[in-house]
Amino acid sequence: MPQSQPAAPTRGAAVRKQGWLTERRRSSLTAYLFISPFFLLFAIFGLYPILFTFYLSFYKWDALSPMSFVGFQNYRFVTEDPLFWTSFTNTLLISAMGTIPQLILALLLAVFLNSSITKFKKTLRVLYFMPNITSIVAVTLVFSALFSNGGMANWLLAQLGIDPMAWNSDWWGVKIAIATMVMWRWTGYNTIIYLSGLQSIPTDLYEAARIDGAGRFQQLLSITLPLLRPFIVFTVLMSTIGSLQLFTEPFVFLGQGGTSSTREEGLTMVVYLYTEAFGNSFFGTASATAVLLLLFTIIFSMFNIWASRRMSGDTDGGAL
Amino acid sequence: MRSIGDQPGLLSKTGYYIFLGLGAFISIFPFYWMFVIGSNPRGAASKIPPTITISDQFLPNFTRATGMMDFWTALGNSMFVSSAVTISVLFFCSLAGYAFAKYDFPFKHFLFFFVLCTLFVPQQLSILPTYVIMTKLEWINSFKALIVPAMVNAFGIFWMRQYIATSVHAELLEAGRIDGAGHLRIFTTVVVPIITPALATLGIFTFMNIWNDFFWPLVVLKERSNYTIQIALQQLFTTRDGLDYGMIMSATFMATLPLLLVFLGFSRWFIAGLTSGAVKS
Repeated sequence: MPQSQPAAPTRGAAVRKQGWLTERRRSSLTAYLFISPFFLLFAIFGLYPILFTFYLSFYKWDALSPMSFVGFQNYRFVTEDPLFWTSFTNTLLISAMGTIPQLILALLLAVFLNSSITKFKKTLRVLYFMPNITSIVAVTLVFSALFSNGGMANWLLAQLGIDPMAWNSDWWGVKIAIATMVMWRWTGYNTIIYLSGLQSIPTDLYEAARIDGAGRFQQLLSITLPLLRPFIVFTVLMSTIGSLQLFTEPFVFLGQGGTSSTREEGLTMVVYLYTEAFGNSFFGTASATAVLLLLFTIIFSMFNIWASRRMSGDTDGGAL
Repeated sequence: MRSIGDQPGLLSKTGYYIFLGLGAFISIFPFYWMFVIGSNPRGAASKIPPTITISDQFLPNFTRATGMMDFWTALGNSMFVSSAVTISVLFFCSLAGYAFAKYDFPFKHFLFFFVLCTLFVPQQLSILPTYVIMTKLEWINSFKALIVPAMVNAFGIFWMRQYIATSVHAELLEAGRIDGAGHLRIFTTVVVPIITPALATLGIFTFMNIWNDFFWPLVVLKERSNYTIQIALQQLFTTRDGLDYGMIMSATFMATLPLLLVFLGFSRWFIAGLTSGAVKS
């Protein structure tokens, strides 16, 4: 079924090559040689581990003693562990808190940026992208300082007349702090994606709309947003997948006790997985967690695609 | 490109620029503040009102940091691992991308489809068995565990294929073949010079991703002397003596600086890669 996909640019070369059979076979072999490193590495460090994860999720194993088959017991252990559901809720909350405002903000920045002077546009694009090249560890450390007890975040709250918050232990405080780190690192990235989407919209569409008497807000609703949809779907999907895998921010931010265990308030699913595997040596339940994580990722991705189809009245598949 | 839509009024235009300016301020401020805290005496991070001016304590702070961690070793380790991965990714991904773009062979479309599918598999799904493999190979604690699995990746192949398919013309390859050049020779003398921009973008992105990676090095590196810079920084935060933010921020700043300079120097390639990558996928 994938064979039916056309590969337009290669056709010309392919036809001409078909003259001599030996030459053709030789070039096929060369091509296989060129692509083989990927398949070799993927077989060892991708495919085999993935299959092994599924296999392992039905076994009890601590990486030392022999494995023993336990059926679905690992899955029962994980789904009956309240800590797992805490990590599930935390992940979803932090994802929503970090992603939704972020994408709205990025969209606004991109729309404003698109109607500003070109010279500013280039400089601002670079500035907005700077947080994204910073390592998550560095981001987390800087924000840990900002969110420390007597730090700048609490000072800002005080200026607004709000009581200080214990950002590294309060149930909401931890989530807000982590969501802020995610937002700071990714807003600019999404702004640039949206900006490139905006720049791909032909200008005459707007001119036609203006002649028809459409105001700027109406143009935004009836031209910009529908044509930007593939980009919005892309960013929503990437942010969802990314935030389900949230690990470094909570791990570094809350791991300063030196105990390598992360406080419950900021426990995410991947931190849970990490602790099960490398803290407790429960490789079976950790594998079951990994499989569940994949399941959630698929469910949420499907839901995103379905929702975006729904919202746009289903025109076509867009860029995806 | 010219501005789109109605020319906004002066008032809303001012509003736009304030909003954009605020965005830029929030983007830059943490970098500036990193240096502020790194250059002030220990307790500056929790002063009221907040410290926002640069001071002269950077060297003492950074000296304390290098006393607690092997900063330069860690930086060197990161440099080595990231460079090794980048070079190998550029080589293998461009070769594979070239094969997918310009060769015809059985199952080509299926294989390429397969490569794309692997893009969507989350890393966490394979991490445990990969760890077990590394233990069996006795690669725990070795840079091989970081380098070998990352030597070629699906995104790179996809990226190079797209670029080569549109920018390398069949006539050029044909001309090379008539001149009697072999497959690898055509690749190095004809293809590589044309695809340099795509290589630059892929190289920068790969380098950045490996440099910033935390999860996998955390799993496989156990000895201080082998830490990458990210692990070393995190360890600095773990050692608890009243959290010396001056020390931590000075080290964080020094660790962020190299990549920041690379980015500012090559920002054009970064952003070009980012936008066309998004448009194409």
